[in-house]
Amino acid sequence: MNSVPEDMAPPTPAVDTNGSQAPAEPSEGALWRRLTKTNTAWIFLVLILLVAFFSILKPNNFPTEFNARAIATNAAVLLIIAVGETFVIITGGIDLSVGYVLLFSGVTAAQAMNAFGNPTDRGWDLILLGLLVALVSGLAWGTINGVLVTKAKVPPLIVTLGTLGMAWGMAQILSNGQDIRYIPSLLASVVGAGRFFAIPWLVVIAALVAAAGTIVLRMTRFGRYTFGVGSNEEAARRAGINVDRHLIKVYALSGLLAGFGGFLALAYFTTTTISGHANDNLNAIAAVVIGGTSLTGGIGTVVGTTIGVFIPAILASGFIIIGLQSFWQNVAVGAVLIAAVFVDQLRRRSPER
Amino acid sequence: MAEPLLQARGIVKHYGHVEALRGADFDVFPGEIVALIGDNGAGKSTLVKILSGTEQADEGEIILDGHDIQVSSPLEAQRLGIETVYQDLALAPDLDGAANLYFGREIVRRGPLGRLGFLDDDAMHAGARKAFAELGVDLQNARSPVANLSGGQRQSVAVARSVAWANKVIFLDEPTAALGVVQTGRVLDVIRRIRDRGIPVVLISHNMPQVLQVADRIEVLRLGRRVAQFDASAATMEKLVAAMTGGLDGQGSAA
Repeated sequence: MNSVPEDMAPPTPAVDTNGSQAPAEPSEGALWRRLTKTNTAWIFLVLILLVAFFSILKPNNFPTEFNARAIATNAAVLLIIAVGETFVIITGGIDLSVGYVLLFSGVTAAQAMNAFGNPTDRGWDLILLGLLVALVSGLAWGTINGVLVTKAKVPPLIVTLGTLGMAWGMAQILSNGQDIRYIPSLLASVVGAGRFFAIPWLVVIAALVAAAGTIVLRMTRFGRYTFGVGSNEEAARRAGINVDRHLIKVYALSGLLAGFGGFLALAYFTTTTISGHANDNLNAIAAVVIGGTSLTGGIGTVVGTTIGVFIPAILASGFIIIGLQSFWQNVAVGAVLIAAVFVDQLRRRSPER
Repeated sequence: MAEPLLQARGIVKHYGHVEALRGADFDVFPGEIVALIGDNGAGKSTLVKILSGTEQADEGEIILDGHDIQVSSPLEAQRLGIETVYQDLALAPDLDGAANLYFGREIVRRGPLGRLGFLDDDAMHAGARKAFAELGVDLQNARSPVANLSGGQRQSVAVARSVAWANKVIFLDEPTAALGVVQTGRVLDVIRRIRDRGIPVVLISHNMPQVLQVADRIEVLRLGRRVAQFDASAATMEKLVAAMTGGLDGQGSAA
């Protein structure tokens, strides 16, 4: 395979890729075994059990179309920022800033849309401007995070804790701490409350983002580098991967999705909800970790994150419907989080490794 | 013997006031396994780092195929066809064997999807199966993360990776240091197969019996200089140890 000495940099290892004697692909049985070995399968089982539990307790209230729609709509924005968080955590990093980058982007988008007078009756052109401002705001914060993590070599926990505070403070400075309550009614009625057939647009958008996240993570070079950098950064460097540039892109992606989430939150709540995002970052991180993504990097799935978003959402809804104080939701989610990591550790200590 | 494929001439390297290499020479001939040995601090690692681009020499020249080359970075070394398997492996444990083999050099699909960075996993798995088979590496589950493999299998993946891309020289830094007897035997087999395919292998090792067992030629560094060259057939443990510890000083080249 090295018979071409004049070829200094072969584009592929010089093996032919016709796969002449390709052994059979893993059978379905093997696939099932692989699935059950992953955290995703177990956490999905927990999700099913929760749904079954609440459905049996309150068969007339819990398993309804209305409730399913409410749960999914409430979870949609969180899912979008959790997808970005999944990428960051797979690289072995963390992004604490997403909740307040979301808020900041919502504020700048709302201000941009209010810059030309009362936006209530304005059309898609202004909405598009708002979207653009939200995306750019999120992208900017994400890029700042990435540059500080890679070039200034400040640990991601500290960088994003810092930008969390900065984004929060800047959002309040820009808005004087006052919620901006005017957005184009078209945005609220179509994106915020509208439906595509029976499915709320917010849910459709979140599902598309999650699907795109899975595809990018599983099927592209960007995803492969995300796992590789998180798995062994030094190996990635030696393999010629520009690790810093990749990490900046990943943090920028997380910021971009937070910006997008900020815009959708604006559409959903029809106001900037300045005091309403205190727990977004921790909820996003909890969802990612419940979903089986390893905090040490190298392992994770967007599907798991999606399940990890829905477990707290179902608990919240279920507790309200069975008449428990909603405070119990926090207790339960905390316990699920710890249990998820505990099971993950057990799995890793299994004899196979 | 033919012209050396790779030559290092008068390499000098300082770390502050410490002189790690004091005009070291080194030769690699086509199609041989050459062992680079020396006591701790003799400069083996420094020399390998310089030849594989991790560090730059303060003085001296490196000649590959008759041309002066500047190995300014590991990437440049790889571009020149020089691959190094490091002692600490440098694999991504959560990726499978194929993904590690192609790490940083992934095959993308044809057409517009490829331009978007979509990977051709089938092509990479087929290429990996072939590359592993050629080296006699048996991976039961090619789609399992390499973290799940044994130490010998991991080492074999790392070696296969370098073999797949090297077309000039492969450096192996203590490739069997962490392995058991059986696994060591397999890795040595792999090294011989690489040599048999015409790619010279530089083996950096502390293990004298192993060096005598597998190398065709042995070069000895002492205090930052080459102090002896042996044909493996003419070398004995005593001679090697004498060369490493200074017993041959003044005698010059023994080969």
